[in-house]
Amino acid sequence: MPRRGTDWVAWAKILVWAGALVPLAVLLWDATHGGLDAEPVKDIQHRTGKTALVLLLITLANTPIRRLTGFGGLIRFRRLTGLFAFCYATVHFTSYLLFDLQFAFGDLAEDVIKRPWITIGFIVFLILLTLAVTSPRSMVRRLGSRRWNSLHRLIYLAAIGTVLHFYLSVKKDVSVPLQFAGLLLVVLGARVAVAVHDRRKRALRPSRDVT
Amino acid sequence: MLIRRPPDIKTREITDEPLYWSRREWLARVGLGVAGVALAPELASACGVPEQDDEKLTPFEHVTGYNNFYEFGTGKDDPKANAHTLKPRPWSIQVEGHVKRPATYDIDDLFKGLGVQERVYRLRCVEAWSMVIPWRGYPLAEVIKRLEPGTKAKYVAFTTLLDPRQMPGQRSRVLDWPYVEGLRMDEAMHPLTLLVTGVYGKTLPNQNGAPVRLVVPWKYGFKGIKSIVKMSFVEQEPPTSWNIAAPNEYGFYANVNPTVDHPRWSQQTERRIGELFRRKTMPFNGYADQVASLYAGMDLRKNY
Repeated sequence: MPRRGTDWVAWAKILVWAGALVPLAVLLWDATHGGLDAEPVKDIQHRTGKTALVLLLITLANTPIRRLTGFGGLIRFRRLTGLFAFCYATVHFTSYLLFDLQFAFGDLAEDVIKRPWITIGFIVFLILLTLAVTSPRSMVRRLGSRRWNSLHRLIYLAAIGTVLHFYLSVKKDVSVPLQFAGLLLVVLGARVAVAVHDRRKRALRPSRDVT
Repeated sequence: MLIRRPPDIKTREITDEPLYWSRREWLARVGLGVAGVALAPELASACGVPEQDDEKLTPFEHVTGYNNFYEFGTGKDDPKANAHTLKPRPWSIQVEGHVKRPATYDIDDLFKGLGVQERVYRLRCVEAWSMVIPWRGYPLAEVIKRLEPGTKAKYVAFTTLLDPRQMPGQRSRVLDWPYVEGLRMDEAMHPLTLLVTGVYGKTLPNQNGAPVRLVVPWKYGFKGIKSIVKMSFVEQEPPTSWNIAAPNEYGFYANVNPTVDHPRWSQQTERRIGELFRRKTMPFNGYADQVASLYAGMDLRKNY
């Protein structure tokens, strides 16, 4: 057992936990100390939505960064950041269910059917829920890594959907959603570049090497 | 002149200032809980607030700190942070069009001799949040009567100041500047329609549209054009800024209407600033008794 290797992972995971919980801690502090703005529910939704998107982008950036830097240990944090993205998305969605709809599921159905930005947000949430439920190692084994991998490619759809959901929700000033769209393009572009690079390398080798 | 005189505002809708403040103090002392409402329906309605609800005034800090005024930025806290560059005096208002007395008026001359009034109105933003605000100002009708519009004056068009040095948000192309709005003549002459110069008994802060803005309480907030520099009396329905920006989302009439949804959200409910849960939105923002007759026979789904 490479003791030294697991040691740094444990410490780094504590750091990731701490970092990912900072926005939630700030939110709770502000909520209890009058730090939210005049429309506190909107404030909660905006903050948790943005944090979820940032964590989703960090999760997506994991593979390209790993490949570009050759720092393979980074994979140990991908599931963690992905699950935190799901956690913030859950707070985001729950605050809408509770404060906007007061759990009137008929109204939820109406919103999901009538309003494309909510349709998209809802689908994204279902995707993230599916990915979270299938994230434990036992689920990877049960599904088989090939099927698990193709299922978890839905994260690309979720990220694109999240940016679209943000963009469509804004009244007029779309500058912030566009900044996030730019970040998403960079991350997706890097991911595509890595994939193309892999494919070329594979094409150069004899086919029996394909795994 | 063919200007239809609207029915007189009920005297209980109008409160002079000292009385208004003493009642406010009294209401504050009694508290506006269930008991307060049971005891004080007369007083509540005296302030222009219908009696069925516990409608507390929205705190001053929110009224003056949570604003849509894109001339100073698109964030809700931008106007308060940035509006210090606006110079509300000296200020003149150009009056033009089908009117007997077209001229450029100094703002203080325009209102001279008119009695200033205090009115507590609900404000319903098209974004589905709302406030209860004690405005101070002058009925637009009284100003219009002074200017003597002609029979061809079917609409009044308003224009906001255009000056990116005073209004830095105008450097961004987020809307077509200057901001423009308009009312049909009978809406403009309605006794509820105000030209507002103050709030909470004070001079109107810059971020709320100093030195003079429009308040039409039965319409969505974006009709309340701020920092007005021009009034034109015109024959055709004038263009309005949000309608230009997104015609399928914002109409000319923009009456508060819970049965006509915004394409992206329901208008059936609203969040009163300071409350956690939503409350029902009322037709014409609760002023249907006074204004619904203006729209008799009109299809308000088409004329949203």
